[in-house]
Amino acid sequence: MKVLIPSPLQSYTGGARVEAQGGTLAALLEDLERRFPGIRFRMVDEQDRIRRHIRVFVGGEQVLELASPLGAGDEVVIVQALSGG
Amino acid sequence: MPNRILLSVATRKGAWLFRAEGARRTWRVDGPHFLGHIISHVVLDPRDRRTLLAAAKTGHLGPTILRSTDRGRTWQEAARPPAFAKAVAGEPGRAVDHTFWLTPGHASQPGVWFAGTSPQGLFRSEDGGATWESWSRINEDPQYRKWMGTVQDGTPDGPKLHSIMVDPRDPARMLIGMSGGGVHESSDGGRTFAPLIDGLEVVEGFDRADATFHDPHCVRQCPSDPDRLYQQNHCGIYRLDRPSRKWVRIGKSMPKRVGDIGFPMVVHPRDARTAWVFPMDGGTVWPRTSPEGKPAVYVTRNGGSTWQRQGAGLPHKHAWWTVKRQAMCADARDPLGLYFGTTSGELWMSGDEGRKWRCLARHLPEIYALEAGELA
Repeated sequence: MKVLIPSPLQSYTGGARVEAQGGTLAALLEDLERRFPGIRFRMVDEQDRIRRHIRVFVGGEQVLELASPLGAGDEVVIVQALSGG
Repeated sequence: MPNRILLSVATRKGAWLFRAEGARRTWRVDGPHFLGHIISHVVLDPRDRRTLLAAAKTGHLGPTILRSTDRGRTWQEAARPPAFAKAVAGEPGRAVDHTFWLTPGHASQPGVWFAGTSPQGLFRSEDGGATWESWSRINEDPQYRKWMGTVQDGTPDGPKLHSIMVDPRDPARMLIGMSGGGVHESSDGGRTFAPLIDGLEVVEGFDRADATFHDPHCVRQCPSDPDRLYQQNHCGIYRLDRPSRKWVRIGKSMPKRVGDIGFPMVVHPRDARTAWVFPMDGGTVWPRTSPEGKPAVYVTRNGGSTWQRQGAGLPHKHAWWTVKRQAMCADARDPLGLYFGTTSGELWMSGDEGRKWRCLARHLPEIYALEAGELA
């Protein structure tokens, strides 16, 4: 499925759009981690919580749980909540 | 070619590397590195004098450690940054918000590094910072967890484990500072610790026997006499001469109108009687500015019996900045070079042990940490 990567994480992927696979958000992130080592920990902490300023949208709907199911045709958009100074 | 000094500058918006030849008159600026990242500490490995580690995060992404093995020319991210153990089901668990402090291991243990984090934890790497493990039992120990407090306690952006020191005589002996939580010593390489807080004062109304209420800001071990420790604390300046376990408040001899509150503490690499502090206004609501807007370094040459002001070259008035706990350091040259970086992004140095100061850079982001090292 198509995954849109936010600019702070493009140093890992080399671009804004990548293809990845997974039946759940957790599996998708594992697939990204295999291909782009280190990227998952920047988005998900060691307690498997999505970090405070990271948001994930699937088909335009926000997904809050790593266990959320994904379909093969889904488009996943990862964004950073703009915050801080 | 003479050896070059590397002055690493960690800021709220990236890192800069300043390099100078022996005389330290001309500095070459290299940066920014990691523009936009919050860099808490950049440290040169004194064992190979070419490896650098940087503690980084951004406002949006999780924390990481960046490593260079070519004196800062190229950087790689740690494969496994410091992270707490996964909590058992039903427990909330802790997650590293940022690595705050980096310390190279003992000279006999190349590749070993220690990291202190917020929330407070002690981590160790054996491969030059590429992978890290939750090293100390204090990371999970219920008593230490209680002393460490939570993000609600103390330091504005979270309690910090800092001032990690490895005794140059014995890698098993270590010291740490916890803000809050006190000073602690280890005799097993950092696996376990015990409090070292006798004689330290706490905020009025609290129990000084309880480590929870202790707030060491910066602790230093004298390289020329590792039994001598100096400490800038939330409640004054102290010295401890081991094997004594009782800290002595040497800040009482500071001028009353300046006081003995501040964050950094610097010791002389060859003279354990000499140390420097940078006092700040710790009155009323803790403005965290120079007292009366008149910044100055203070030096003791006699272990804290007396202090002298060192302000030549610094602004005489209307300078409302201060210096954070990691943002003041010394090199090892003779005469000694002293450096500090300000909350307003100015970098200052003295080439004569603090007698005269000159500004090396202005308009940097808020400076979090400085370290001076000798490049290979």
